Parts: sequence; C-alpha cells; structure tokens
Amino acid sequence: MIPAPFEYVRATSIDEALGALAEHGDEAKLIAGGHSLLPLMKLRLATPSVLIDIGRIAELSYIREEGDEIRVGGLTRHHDVEHSPVLRAGCGLLSHVAGFVGDPQVRHRGTIGGSLAHGDPASDLPAAVVALGGSLVLRGPGGDRVVAAGDFFEGFLETALAPDEILAEVRVPKTPGAAWSYQKFVKRAQDWAIVGAAVVRNGHTGVALVNMGSTPIRATAVEAALASGASAAEAAAHADEGTSPSSDLNASEDYRRHLAHVLVRRGLEEAGA
Amino acid sequence: MNVSVNVNGQQREDDVEPRLLLVHYLRDVLGLTGTNVGCDTSSCGACSVHLDGEAVKSCTVLAVMADGRSVTTIEGLAPSADEMHPMQRAFQENHGLQCGFCTPGMVMAATSLLREIPDPTEQQVREGLEGNLCRCTGYHNIVQAVLAAAKSGGAQ
Repeated sequence: MIPAPFEYVRATSIDEALGALAEHGDEAKLIAGGHSLLPLMKLRLATPSVLIDIGRIAELSYIREEGDEIRVGGLTRHHDVEHSPVLRAGCGLLSHVAGFVGDPQVRHRGTIGGSLAHGDPASDLPAAVVALGGSLVLRGPGGDRVVAAGDFFEGFLETALAPDEILAEVRVPKTPGAAWSYQKFVKRAQDWAIVGAAVVRNGHTGVALVNMGSTPIRATAVEAALASGASAAEAAAHADEGTSPSSDLNASEDYRRHLAHVLVRRGLEEAGA
Repeated sequence: MNVSVNVNGQQREDDVEPRLLLVHYLRDVLGLTGTNVGCDTSSCGACSVHLDGEAVKSCTVLAVMADGRSVTTIEGLAPSADEMHPMQRAFQENHGLQCGFCTPGMVMAATSLLREIPDPTEQQVREGLEGNLCRCTGYHNIVQAVLAAAKSGGAQ
C-alpha cells in the first residue's frame, strides 16, 4: 500500500513547524513517528497534501521534573517514556502504560504527543493521562495554552488541538507513592485494547477507560462510589455508566460493558482499593 | 527529494518520492530483498530493520525519514560472506525457522532486543518479540535460538 502523493517539509525547530502549519493550513499534517498517520495514509483514509516532519525537533524530546509535575516533551518516544527513571520513580503508571503501546518496533518510533494528538479512544496513553489528571500544552502562533487532559479529547480522532498548533508537552502530577494499575484486554499482545482500564490511587482514586466510547472516558461513577466507601467490586459495577461502547468484530457492546466491569475491578484490586 | 542513507555500511544517495516507504527503497531501489513485506500494516514485523541501531518496521517509515541516518538490513548483519552472525547461527542450530519468511524480521528484532537486554529471561524474549508474527514454528524454537544467541555474542 502506497500513500497518495504529498509535499514533504522537514521542520528543524518548533518555530519552523508552526510557520509551515500557518502557511499550509489544514491541508497539512504533522508527522513525528508516523505510526498513527502513515497507516491511515497507506489506506488513503488520510490524504494530506503537505506532510510536515517534526520528528527531528530535539527540543521537544525530554522528560523533566518541574515542581510537583513531570513534564514530557511531545516528541518523546514511547520507548523513552517506558524506560525513563524519572517517570518510573515519579509517575509509574505513565511509563508502565507506554510499554503497552504496540510492540518494541512501534515504541522505537511512536511519540507520546503523536498518540495523544491522534485521539484514538482505543489507544493506551490517552486514558492513562486522563486517569492521572494530566494536562497538555498546545503551542500555536499566539503562544501556549494548557488544556486539561479530560477536556482535550472531543470525539473519535478529534481533539482540542487546532490546525495551527503543536502538542508541545504533556504534564502529569508526580505520584511517587501512588498505587496504580493498567488492565488491557487484547487478543494479540501488540493489538489495540478491546477495552482497557487505567487506575491510579493517590488519596483520590482516578479511573479512566479505553475504547468504551468515542474518547477516553473518566469513570466518574466508579470514582464517586469509591469516595463514598464502596468496595472495589461494588464500585466496579458502575464502570460502564455513562459510556457508549461500539460493537465491532472484536466485541459486542454488551461484552465491552462486561469487560469494563471486570477490568476496573481487577485494576482497583491490583491498586489496593 | 534527495536522500543520503548509510545502508549496511555503504553511503547511498538517491532521489526518491517523499511517499516512498523505507521497505520499498531497500527492496526496489537498492535491491536488498532480504527484508520482506508481510502484512504491510506494521503488525507482522517481517519488514523489521535497524534504524540507527534500533529495530523498526520499515513498512511504516518513509525513506525520507531515514535521510542522514544509518540502516542495517539482514544482508548487513553477518561479518563476512561466509560467516553468519551469531543470531543467524543460533536460528539455524535451534531450528528457529521453517518457511523462513518471518526470519529476517525476527533476527533483526532479536538483535535489537539483545542490545537493550543482553542476557534476557525467556519471558523478556517472548515480550521482546511481540511485534513479530510466525505462522510456522509456534515460537518455541525462535525463543530458544534468541536465548542461545545471548550466550554466544548475539548482541554484537
């Protein structure tokens, strides 16, 4: 499969990339690792006329501590998130979940910013960042704006990222003593989640669901039940409330609802709730 | 667009279309047909090569993204024409292949794995090869081959 023709622009700085976006408008797409976009282009489900390669902007690949947050540059590869000592010590859920994205070859190329900006509800990292209560820094011609992860995902493959913006940074709270769990149900190890659940307990318990609707979904009914003293099993019974899972070749809607109950219970139990 | 890529130690300069995939550049432009196209959807791993020393799926990388970087394919792994790389030898000695279609990708993924984890457990080998599918062997002898290679310089 061969993508439709496009003009290729290589940006070597954020300013160059923003300039190219401003010039080409919504005809252009940013590409970093390419592991979400290139498969769509090969199927011709995406046919951007200009591809702006930001994969070499070194200034957007970093993991550093800043106050009570850990800040991850948008171009940081899954492999680097997975193996980062800073994240493993300070936000174990995020590095753990990065190790579930695709397979080692994919993690050598794909980036955290690319995964989030793609906005696929079946992917792992969006739910993790939502469960953590993280935020995203979107850089555009007018400067930076910070959007809560819970407000970023607007629909299937739709996010708050404007056509002239770059997802520059992901911010997650430091949770060094937190208990957490990631439960992912798949048929093959490397696949997208049929359903998944990310749980983090740090005083308050955050729970987010993978592939239970058109966006990653915060399981607010589960969180509320826990806050009023419910057991893990009692709280998990609320896991599919407010969700709208689809039926497809992998699972029916009812089966997805069942999986959400089971995976949230397992996640809560593993995290000691 | 002009690309300059070091492939198996040789500097190559070519004018390519931006949409040319790295796997097609290797196979169709350079004639290096050891790298197979399997699923063409970044699932099966048959097209795995090393980009700057790390395994990637060359069906999901553009040739222009490899500009200025180094690529190693299965043809570039052995030290000489009549001596196999330790990983290749381990696959042969442990019957790590039957039809052989997945083998170039398996060998490239396995050598990349041993660079990161030189002495892996069986579980780490199985997880490290999760991006490579084999329809013949049931994986058992592939895992044995990688464990054997780890003991005989396979990370080189």
